[in-house]
Amino acid sequence: MKKTILLFLPLLLGAANAMGQNPELLSSIQRGSAIYDDFCITCHLPSGEGVPFAFPPLAKSDYLIKNRTASIKGVKYGNEGEMIVNGITYSSAMAPMGLDDGEIADVMNYILNSWGNSSNDPVTVEEVAAISE
Amino acid sequence: MKYSIVYLYLFVVTLNYSCAQDAENKANTPSDIPFSEELLVDGLQIPWAMAFLPDGSMLITEKSGSLIHFKDGKKATIANTPKVYARGQGGLMDVFLHPNYQDNGWIYITYASEEGNEKGGHTALMRARLKDNSLYDNELLYKASPNTTKGQHFGSRIAFDNDGYLYFSIGERGARDENPQDITRDGGKIYRLNDDGSIPEDNPFMGEENAKTAIYSYGHRNPQGLVKNPETGAIWDHEHGPRGGDEINIIKKGANYGWPIITYGINYSGTPITDKTEMEGMEQPIHYWVPSIAPSGMAFVTSDKYKGWKGSLLVGSLSFQYLERLTLDGTKVTNREKLLENMGRVRDVRQGPDGLIYVAIEGKGIYRLIPKS
Repeated sequence: MKKTILLFLPLLLGAANAMGQNPELLSSIQRGSAIYDDFCITCHLPSGEGVPFAFPPLAKSDYLIKNRTASIKGVKYGNEGEMIVNGITYSSAMAPMGLDDGEIADVMNYILNSWGNSSNDPVTVEEVAAISE
Repeated sequence: MKYSIVYLYLFVVTLNYSCAQDAENKANTPSDIPFSEELLVDGLQIPWAMAFLPDGSMLITEKSGSLIHFKDGKKATIANTPKVYARGQGGLMDVFLHPNYQDNGWIYITYASEEGNEKGGHTALMRARLKDNSLYDNELLYKASPNTTKGQHFGSRIAFDNDGYLYFSIGERGARDENPQDITRDGGKIYRLNDDGSIPEDNPFMGEENAKTAIYSYGHRNPQGLVKNPETGAIWDHEHGPRGGDEINIIKKGANYGWPIITYGINYSGTPITDKTEMEGMEQPIHYWVPSIAPSGMAFVTSDKYKGWKGSLLVGSLSFQYLERLTLDGTKVTNREKLLENMGRVRDVRQGPDGLIYVAIEGKGIYRLIPKS
């Protein structure tokens, strides 16, 4: 686990730099990395590449960029029905993972600032809490 | 120079012999499929397990926590079911009937539970009886501890052997360096109990200091397949490896299956876990999958309903989304076949009392395979 964090540290620091050295975001991203390794990595894979036609990519995902609220909602309550990501239609359901609002904010911040993704608008606990089913 | 070539040759030969099976182990898509599939139960999210009641109805677990009774084409939700810890891979998992269900009515269930003082959850085994779509006589038979908020590796499947012992699996709960090799800790184990939850006197770690004496075998990662081989009576499991290294094992009393000391897999990140695939005192799988198929659910075919299938083993694949049929020659896998491709994550497979095969697919429901005449 420590090794994973070390491995990602340059990337995290890079992201923090882009974010104007926001230390709060940096620690959220760090916590989010651990959540990702625990809950998401088995399907979405280590670099967020996903599996074409089975599990949508998170890296450079047009869906994620265009549908921030729906993406958070999907993590919070699960996803069902068809979804088009980078031109490919995905139909498998994602179950809710049982994460609390803070954990969802952290993992979203990690995803939004990894593998070529970057966002200058951090996801907050309040933003997650405000999204209902 | 000459010698180095000889050494290289010997090295390569040794490598070949040290592997339990060919590195090339591809699953084929058969041209002749002896069934057509029919969606029997629709509108399910993550149907985790199925059990068949004597009246022809079916029990279905939904990972989210509902136990469903499917009878005469209708679904009913069963009341008084255990409260589940629905987080990550945890939730309501296996359901299995006592071999003498007709006489005693016991239904066994495994699930992720928050019972205990620590935050988080761990796998539990309970039994209950069913009447008027409600459970009663609920008894908690085993609760692993301590709880953890980790999202992975709860297991869990249930099986009975010919002597009436109950076996169930618990995964290592994301603590691979703490749990699987330590018999004083829960997780990464196959457990054996009497049908009332008491611990058999001849369990392998009985009398060992601080041991969890319900443990029957250890060094497992995350077994989500556990069945009795109907021919030999032995208990077989399959378990998820990390990246590569899913395994089929024959469960032996007190044996160590090696995780994470030996494995055919590597970390998700691509870094090695160990350079060892075998070691003295640790069991070898009868089959391993590289790449991982992410196996869930397991059934031996004993009926004659499907041409050429009798004696083969069916395994669901979550990651590649198909049903795998493995042809066996004793304990050797001789062929692998992909069925029901691209329909969704296959979570469970069973042979019903009618000899037909039932398959649970996530996001879809339960399919029945109708034999082609």
